[in-house]
Amino acid sequence: MAGNRGIQKWGWVLCFLAPSLAGLLVFVLGPLVYSLRLTFYEWNLLSAPVYVGLDNFVNLYHDADFWLAFRHTLTFIVFYIPAVLILALGTALLLNRPLRGMPFFRAAVFVPVVSSWVVVALMWKWIFNPRYGLLNWLLAQVGITGPAWLFDPDTALYAIIIASVWKDIGFVTVMFLGGLQGISESYYEAARIDGATSLGRLRFITLPLLTPTTFFALIISLINSFQIFEQVWLMPESFASRGTTVVVEQIVNHAFRYNQMGYAATMSWVLFAVIFAITIVQLRLQKRWVHYDL
Amino acid sequence: MYRKLFVFALVAVLLAALLPVQSFAQDDVTIRYFNFSSDPDHVEDLAAIVAAFEAENPGVTVEVTSAPFADYFTLLQADFVGGEPPDVFELNYESFVSYAANDVLLDLGSYLDAEAPYYPRALEAFQYEGQQLALPESFSTVLLFYNQDLFDQAGIDYPAPDWTWEQAVEAGRAISALGDDIWGLYSPIQFWEFYKKAAQNGCEFFNADMTESTINSEACVETLETMVSFLDDDVMPDPIELGGIANEELFAQGKLGMVVIGIWMFPVFAEAPFAWDVQLEPGMDQKAHHFFANGIAVAKDTAHPEEAAAWAEFLTSSEAAANVRIEASWELTALDQPEYFEAYLGQTPPENRGAVFQALESPVMPPVIERQNEMQDSINALLDAVVNGELDPASALESAKQELDALIQ
Repeated sequence: MAGNRGIQKWGWVLCFLAPSLAGLLVFVLGPLVYSLRLTFYEWNLLSAPVYVGLDNFVNLYHDADFWLAFRHTLTFIVFYIPAVLILALGTALLLNRPLRGMPFFRAAVFVPVVSSWVVVALMWKWIFNPRYGLLNWLLAQVGITGPAWLFDPDTALYAIIIASVWKDIGFVTVMFLGGLQGISESYYEAARIDGATSLGRLRFITLPLLTPTTFFALIISLINSFQIFEQVWLMPESFASRGTTVVVEQIVNHAFRYNQMGYAATMSWVLFAVIFAITIVQLRLQKRWVHYDL
Repeated sequence: MYRKLFVFALVAVLLAALLPVQSFAQDDVTIRYFNFSSDPDHVEDLAAIVAAFEAENPGVTVEVTSAPFADYFTLLQADFVGGEPPDVFELNYESFVSYAANDVLLDLGSYLDAEAPYYPRALEAFQYEGQQLALPESFSTVLLFYNQDLFDQAGIDYPAPDWTWEQAVEAGRAISALGDDIWGLYSPIQFWEFYKKAAQNGCEFFNADMTESTINSEACVETLETMVSFLDDDVMPDPIELGGIANEELFAQGKLGMVVIGIWMFPVFAEAPFAWDVQLEPGMDQKAHHFFANGIAVAKDTAHPEEAAAWAEFLTSSEAAANVRIEASWELTALDQPEYFEAYLGQTPPENRGAVFQALESPVMPPVIERQNEMQDSINALLDAVVNGELDPASALESAKQELDALIQ
């Protein structure tokens, strides 16, 4: 009798979950499994897929453009992650003060996050313009000849990193603000009584107790960085784009420009494997530096 | 009980309402036509051509869907993958081979009027392995546009039809000398300009049987060196000097003496605050002009091949379609019917509009392979490296040969 009730209960649960489950199966899990299958096929969308075994993986291993894109992605990560974390932490510390008008500044910092990359890219393209741009004009005022930024394959990626950091600071700042407001005031009172300086309080209380937030922000930023695409697609002049090509851009080109769906699927799964492996390593390493209490 | 009866009756009425529509519709045919060239400026012009066709073909309806070129081929492929391709659709020449090679196009040879008035070269362009797999819809070309005011200020003669690039560069130098922000000439260093100028110098990207790339030949290297010399001679702005301003914008601002650009810019420059005209493009050993063509194809598995082929033929070769295109300054039909184009030739500026048809005497089509986009991207990346000074023309084209050989394997 009790068993029947259990089955009945799960039947109802399934009924209510069915619409969402159907969507998940048809639009997420199905394509996911199909894309894994595609890694063993060559498919140009117009003819039937042709089984090619591991050829896509072998070709990927020898694909200089893919590894160049991978190197650009890693370069982006190496400069972007520390910059966005440090600047966001600094901004969060500033915005965590109980001053008048603070809600306005908190909202202002978040504006770039909710802005479209198209708008942001246009703005930064103007700022970085080597002839008419604001940045090189400012540099010229102090006697520095600015680089060609988005017009030079050697500097375009760094210009993209600067714009990306500016756009994402607000997002990470909000995470840090949440973390800061979760730290009990009693820790700071005890430290003040013990004569700790503000730097000491930051070093021994704030930073350790922010490590769970830092860890979360690090993982999210890292995953987003591996998936960097919009800014690379929109910002550099086509002339300089070979200096900025990244993995997701390669996937899009192979899938929708070169009609190589199998090869693009292979790239996607390799990218997934890399992100997955790095996230696992981070989860393992977190025990060494993430503190949930003092 | 009454409620059940009511629902049953309602469903029955709704079904009954649908039935007559179904039975009347059986005699009518609806052709789905998908295109990019009407989006966004010529949607109404296309509707006028559709109306003319439907008036001549009672019972046949053309259902038009348009998409911007940037999204068009992704959407078209999605239609094919979904098993519901449009009956009739537009293909540019560069994409035609990919679709033809994948056996998804209907052979229109048996539907075509034997005296169809197409330019023979245009008709041949859309043949594949002996089959007429699309009909040429429109053509376009590229000419030398020049600012007559700047030529007058520099005190030099206007470009002549038999000019070589040496003469163009010489004129460019005189115009560049007019001011620091005035440039003599712009001819982009990219795939499209390169294969055309290569043809002017007797260079081909591939051997005749398409088994090997010959892009590293002496003639090709010489062509690229000539193109790069425009930068070295400082008559043409490099990308940084352009600073993100498009070359057509620079011309429209009156700061560029000559620009090599498509005839689709006629309406854009019509209101320019200076006198301008066009001339045949300068050449090297011989003349060569772009022949950009769009074609109309019919899906191989269409349920209405006759009606679809009739629409394709009407759209590409009827006088009604040609007139609409000329009145709307749309791309011209690829028809060998000079009388259709009299109204077009009467429009000014430019005065020398006849150069459009003179250019057809030396047409060059782009080299086309199945992996077209990869070839274009690969060559463009190498040309960029040459412009940036990272590679010299000879080594860039040596790399291009290796990449092209791999692509035609």
